[in-house]
Amino acid sequence: MLPRLIKRQSPSKAMVYLSPILALLLTLLASIVLFLIMGVSPSGALHAFFVEPISSIYGLTELMVKATPLILIGVALSLGFRAGVWNIGAEGQLILGGLFGGATALFFYEKTGFYIIPLILIMGALGGIIWAGIVAFLKTRFNANEILTSLMLSYVAALLLNLLIHGPLKDPDGFNFPESRLFSDSALLPILYDGTRLHLGAVIALFFVGIGWILLSRTLLGYQIKVMGDAPAAGEHAGFSHSKIIWTTLLISGGAAGLAGAIEVSGPIGQLLPNISPGYGFAAIIVAYVGRLHPLGVLFAALLLALSYLGGETAQMKLNLPVAVTGVFQGLLLFFLLACDVLIQYKIRTSKKSESTIAPAVKSSIKSTSEVK
Amino acid sequence: MEILVAAILTIITAATPLLFAALGELVTEKSGVLNLGVEGMMVMGAIVGFAAVHYSGSATVAIFASMLAGASMAAIFGVLVLVFHASQVPTGLALTIFGIGLSALVGQSMIGVAYDGIPQLHIPVISDIPVIGEIFFSQDGLVYLSIFMVFAVMWFMNKTRAGLILRAVGDSHDAAHAMGYSVLKIRFLAVLFGGAMAGVGGAYLSLAYSPLWVEQMTAGRGWIALALVVFASWKVRRVLLGAYLFGGISILQLHAQALGIAVPSQVMSMLPYLATILVLVIISRDRSKIKLNAPASLGKPFHASR
Repeated sequence: MLPRLIKRQSPSKAMVYLSPILALLLTLLASIVLFLIMGVSPSGALHAFFVEPISSIYGLTELMVKATPLILIGVALSLGFRAGVWNIGAEGQLILGGLFGGATALFFYEKTGFYIIPLILIMGALGGIIWAGIVAFLKTRFNANEILTSLMLSYVAALLLNLLIHGPLKDPDGFNFPESRLFSDSALLPILYDGTRLHLGAVIALFFVGIGWILLSRTLLGYQIKVMGDAPAAGEHAGFSHSKIIWTTLLISGGAAGLAGAIEVSGPIGQLLPNISPGYGFAAIIVAYVGRLHPLGVLFAALLLALSYLGGETAQMKLNLPVAVTGVFQGLLLFFLLACDVLIQYKIRTSKKSESTIAPAVKSSIKSTSEVK
Repeated sequence: MEILVAAILTIITAATPLLFAALGELVTEKSGVLNLGVEGMMVMGAIVGFAAVHYSGSATVAIFASMLAGASMAAIFGVLVLVFHASQVPTGLALTIFGIGLSALVGQSMIGVAYDGIPQLHIPVISDIPVIGEIFFSQDGLVYLSIFMVFAVMWFMNKTRAGLILRAVGDSHDAAHAMGYSVLKIRFLAVLFGGAMAGVGGAYLSLAYSPLWVEQMTAGRGWIALALVVFASWKVRRVLLGAYLFGGISILQLHAQALGIAVPSQVMSMLPYLATILVLVIISRDRSKIKLNAPASLGKPFHASR
């Protein structure tokens, strides 16, 4: 008899935290199989993927550089996902943030002033807010599905960036290459550790984890978000406004993604390019889930996903593996996590132990036959 | 006249992949399952179809391979959602992320490989008739298949007992379960069908639309197909209309220069996405209409508690 799923009386708290670990182990196992199929030594590949990138100080700082946008977006998306608001277009909001922040940096080209960097970051957040605001407006005013509109706007954002880089934002001395000028020093985020790329954005990201945590656990808004996600009917009965939650969560995640975009262009990139993100906006969705939609969990999950980017790069250089392995790894991780999450609400029973699931009528008939004997 | 024929041919080639994918998703959604992984299934269909034609040389083999690829992807989704009770929205997203990554991995050796495109119908004399012959009798097999599938799905949904059961499962899984139908089995089959159709829709891109392999060549068409199902209010006839309407938008993209429109190519490329948003807004505005037409159990998990 096949094992069956029995609904638990109450969700298992332990499984909430064990599930990501279990999922990671299963993902590693699946990766080993994948590497074997590709004809690469699994031990070498795993070492290149998960150990080598972080076995130096420089590697660790790079990990934080990659984790920064993932933390910012992951924390913010968690709020929305908890409330049942599906902002899938963080990638587009990030791009628009990069565009706004980058345009600001170029506007102040060769100027100095302490105000330039804060302005870049604010403009970046504003760009993301505008992009997410469109989604919120279409959702609350016209009931348009936010998954599809936010995603469509991501494609539009990428094309918009491309258009402007081929046009007004193009480097005038750049031999017609589709990229902007290198930002001047006053528009670059300060480096925290000499000789690395670790920048101020990392501090902002960690700060954001704290804000997210407080917002979720200590404020009325956080409470409303949780109620609206778990029991929308109860929330509306209590007088919480659904459209207010949609607006707030979308604007927060849009702002965070936009900020991440501005941080990327004024941090590790230092100019505007046609492609400013290797899919951070999408990876942040996985980060939010693996981090259990909790800011602290998001921090760890972001480091893990950041490692998958670094590992992909190392594996490409050392083993000549295609960089697409990163995407496969990320997809597998989310698959396994979603599968393991079944154990939060259900437990597995094989038919032997599941006497209690046998219908009472059957039970009594078993009883009666044994009595006859 | 020539430019008109060229425009119509463009509409047909641009509409066909959307038509396949949206028809498949419509059947899946009619059974009560929302699979957001269309993009991932399409892109896998595109690479597997292309690789199959490269190694086997047969377009038929390639089409079946792409269906199998799409259905295999859908099977992952089906097992997670139906057996493991995973939430449908994130699982669909995971399928898309996974599909894009895996297709890039598999397709590494296919970059730069050339293919002539799948053969087109040619009936002597008839296909040579100007305009009519060019439009109706000179298409590739997949175009005819996509139209055939419209009528097949329409017939299945409205005229067969199995179609009725599928709709019952989508509208009220508890009632269907009480009547003795296996909700999960029916949903799994609907998910597989959706995957196979998305797979062949993707293959149309790599075998006919632009016969080569480029990473992420589906470029959001899977998501547009999802929007088309909403646009169609879950009605087969209107999926056909919607797909050809979207095909029409791409004429602007491809023939803008011929028509003398001086707009940057990026702006032209934005049109399908902007049109999708516009269409969603127009259709979704009327909440009661969406509620009336959408399968009542769409996206809701089912667990038989005996």
